[in-house]
Amino acid sequence: MVAMSKIATGNGHGENSPYFDGWKAYETNPFHPTERPEGVIQMGLAENQLCFSLIKNWLIKHPEASLCTPQGVNKFKETALFQDYHGMPEFRQAVAKFMGKVRGDRVKFDPDRIVMSGGATGAHEMVAFCLADPGEAFLVPTPYYPGFDRDLKWRTGVELVPVNCESCNNFKITTNALEAAYVKVQEANLRVKGLLITNPSNPLGTVLDRDTLKSMVRFINDKNIHLIGDEIYAATVFMEPEFVSISEIIEEEDVECNRDLIHIVYSLSKDMGFPGFRVGIVYSYNDSVVSCARKMSSFGLVSSQTQHLIASMLSDDEFVDNFITESKELLFNRHKYFTWSLSQVGIGFLKGNAGLFIWMDLRKLLKEETFAAEMELWRVITNEVKLNVSPGSSFHCQEPGWFRVCFANMDDYTMKVALLRIRTFMLKNNEAMVPLKLCRPSSLKLSLSRSLSRRMDDFMSPGIMSPRSPLPQSPLVQART
Amino acid sequence: MEFTRKNRQLLSRIATNDRHGENSPYFDGWKAYDSNPFHPIHNPDGVIQMGLAENPLCFDLIEKWIRENPDASICTAEGLDKFKDIAIYQDYHGLREFREAVAKLMGRVGGNRVTFDPNRIVMSGGATGANETAIFCLADPGDAFLVPSPYYAGFARDLRWRTGVEIVPVHCKSSNNFRITRAALEEAYEKAQRSNINIKGVIITNPSNPLGTVLDKETLRSLVSFVTDKKIHLVSDEIYAATVFSSPRFISVAEVMQDMDCNRDLIHIIYSLSKDMGFPGFRVGIVYSFNDDVTNCARKMSSFGLVSSQTQFLLASMLSDDEFVGNFLRESSKRLAKRRHVFTKGLEEVGISTIKSNAGLFFWMDMRPLLKEQTTKAETELWRVIINKVKLNVSPGSSFHCSEPGWFRVCFANMDDKTVEVALDRIREFVLQGKEENNHEADKSQGRAQRWRKQNLRLSFSSSRLYDESLMSPHMISPHSPIPHSPLVRART
Repeated sequence: MVAMSKIATGNGHGENSPYFDGWKAYETNPFHPTERPEGVIQMGLAENQLCFSLIKNWLIKHPEASLCTPQGVNKFKETALFQDYHGMPEFRQAVAKFMGKVRGDRVKFDPDRIVMSGGATGAHEMVAFCLADPGEAFLVPTPYYPGFDRDLKWRTGVELVPVNCESCNNFKITTNALEAAYVKVQEANLRVKGLLITNPSNPLGTVLDRDTLKSMVRFINDKNIHLIGDEIYAATVFMEPEFVSISEIIEEEDVECNRDLIHIVYSLSKDMGFPGFRVGIVYSYNDSVVSCARKMSSFGLVSSQTQHLIASMLSDDEFVDNFITESKELLFNRHKYFTWSLSQVGIGFLKGNAGLFIWMDLRKLLKEETFAAEMELWRVITNEVKLNVSPGSSFHCQEPGWFRVCFANMDDYTMKVALLRIRTFMLKNNEAMVPLKLCRPSSLKLSLSRSLSRRMDDFMSPGIMSPRSPLPQSPLVQART
Repeated sequence: MEFTRKNRQLLSRIATNDRHGENSPYFDGWKAYDSNPFHPIHNPDGVIQMGLAENPLCFDLIEKWIRENPDASICTAEGLDKFKDIAIYQDYHGLREFREAVAKLMGRVGGNRVTFDPNRIVMSGGATGANETAIFCLADPGDAFLVPSPYYAGFARDLRWRTGVEIVPVHCKSSNNFRITRAALEEAYEKAQRSNINIKGVIITNPSNPLGTVLDKETLRSLVSFVTDKKIHLVSDEIYAATVFSSPRFISVAEVMQDMDCNRDLIHIIYSLSKDMGFPGFRVGIVYSFNDDVTNCARKMSSFGLVSSQTQFLLASMLSDDEFVGNFLRESSKRLAKRRHVFTKGLEEVGISTIKSNAGLFFWMDMRPLLKEQTTKAETELWRVIINKVKLNVSPGSSFHCSEPGWFRVCFANMDDKTVEVALDRIREFVLQGKEENNHEADKSQGRAQRWRKQNLRLSFSSSRLYDESLMSPHMISPHSPIPHSPLVRART
């Protein structure tokens, strides 16, 4: 037996979670419209595949963006040799400008604060290494991206402490919850170093409102702890309310804040749809953190070939403005169609306006209100309905029955197949259902099989269902407005 | 002080300690260069960069290949249909074609005596990321690795900074050409054990940075048997493998393992395209382990520093072109050999010896005769003269943790031919000036200690015999036999 490190032999990589079983089911039997029409459809991957035709059109018109075209090859050598961890100035300028545009130019970003990292994955780890010692903790509101457990804890030895958010108030992050979590950590003799928020939220697909953001900034400033804002979904906000970044909040007159505590994690993986290019960004308002992160970026710089491409693409104002608008529209349409289809078959979901996924409410389908029941339902969805969706427990959601389903990583045809499968599954669980073409969301009436209706009765209080549900007596939860 | 104290409360220990290594004097040379970089026309008196181990000699070949292979790019008309699939590809296994191409290259570089398995190819953020990842997999904070010195200055950061692992140097000596002896390894290991330091492995760099030499079969075998004996790991950084430009040939640890009784689970190779291909900007680091658990773990960790899929795609194409690769490797060796030879000759003419080398992008220069005393302090003083007066950014041996003062690493590949000439001229002038002033000194009245304030150079030549022609035979200057009668040379063994 050869000795490896504790890090290597532990489970900190997070891949032993059941979450990955869905992936394995997909990998062994992936859906293909013609070759494998009965395969598992991947709905667990938050990817943005909707805008590639825009990007390709731009590339055709801009051969100089590539080092490999006749127009660009004269830059090949100097770019291939460029390993300065400051990054190419044009790259940093273009990214800073893009970040500003995504925020409606309400705020400006300083290219000298742009630090590279190995994707958002690398960015998060790097921030943890800069801000916390092993054993120290970050507060993270639930539900949160499962990858945080690996990115923030695995090699750093830092702890994550969940701040529980509840569906009864749409998973709002309340100051009470923050204070409660903070006190709990203190009592356990751990030191809280910061608060990590994801805005727009993964998996909720919602944005934080101004008041919540301000109260968070007040909270961290009071406690003198860091605020890390993961804003990698910033450009995926496809309808009201508008996205508000921490970068805007700290500029507000009534907000007092030590800027040394504020840091943003960004990436092009979601907003542009380029996860393969590994463009992670750490943007800190703290000079020491910028300096330290920059040194650490040596462990995960962005390929200069990719910096060159991105610098070119994102400096094209017209393209960027058009892309941001188009992307939102495509996401909006896809989201609208998806959510309408879900509500057609009586599936509820959290009302969202951002992200590449929907936070689906399948609580009424649970045999009992437990995570074991959630896993059972999930296995049914994976193995029988043949959709790889992600169970809420993998996001550390405190309430069983929620599932994240991604809608932007497939073409229209696959989406329709997926929705048809959902519909078929829901129909099987009901005695009768009004045919789709005759049905409009507001006039949907369904009758249930007896066993299902008995279960529904147990759960039919407005308190358990969203307080905003318009039809509390409806046997099935409707879309919440 | 207030700022630092505040930082220590707000930031991590890692963020506020010095283990990133940038406070070392090594970086002062860089600053001198950055503020006054040489340019043949715009700044002919600037500092010439000879501290950067880069390989830019073969870009003409690469550019030609690029022009002839537009489908290697996802941005050309020929390659655009692949853009989407590649842009969304984030699987940490890496593109199969990429892994196959890299495995094939590694095999070729080792003379095809070994076949590398594409399924053991794991990506990382350059060799920087690869070395760090290997340590994260193999050692806990407080553990240590033995590292033969002189060694790459960046190891202090890559192996130690965020991992909390320590380096225990195994000092190698010029008296036997800095060979890594079993005795030295054993001694360092025992000493560490006695101090309760837990040695987890050995890291070697082969070909060596900064020496520019390759390890012979015997040394490699002895290393493999040493680690097998002690049940510790052997990490072999082979990033200069294809820079071998003359015999003896490169032997990978993978080759030596093949006919040895050893525990393969202990053997790991670090590779990269930064030196062999000249692509440091592309951040292609590779961890190749013979240990399945390490491969799996490193692969999971690679998420923190994957190679851009755009770059994977390009390189998969380029490195699968057998004809191109063969030609590139041959030409690269040829050009490196030629360049090295120009320097060897040029330096010989003024009596400066270098360690005999056949690889790397640098040579290890012996400036011990120019030291006023055999101390690191004197080396640093000499170094400052070389940077500020001679205007060459070379790297002092102390930055490589060399136990003997007076050695300097000089990079020879990262400049054009014209700049080579200027550099050699400056060296000639510096040495000859020293000789002249030395002679001038001998002519002056005796017993007066002289200070060359103009140059801020203190070389205490009590005799003019240093550059006496009769002592200047290559045989004598070779590191195999020190110059016994020179007043400056101390016994090194």
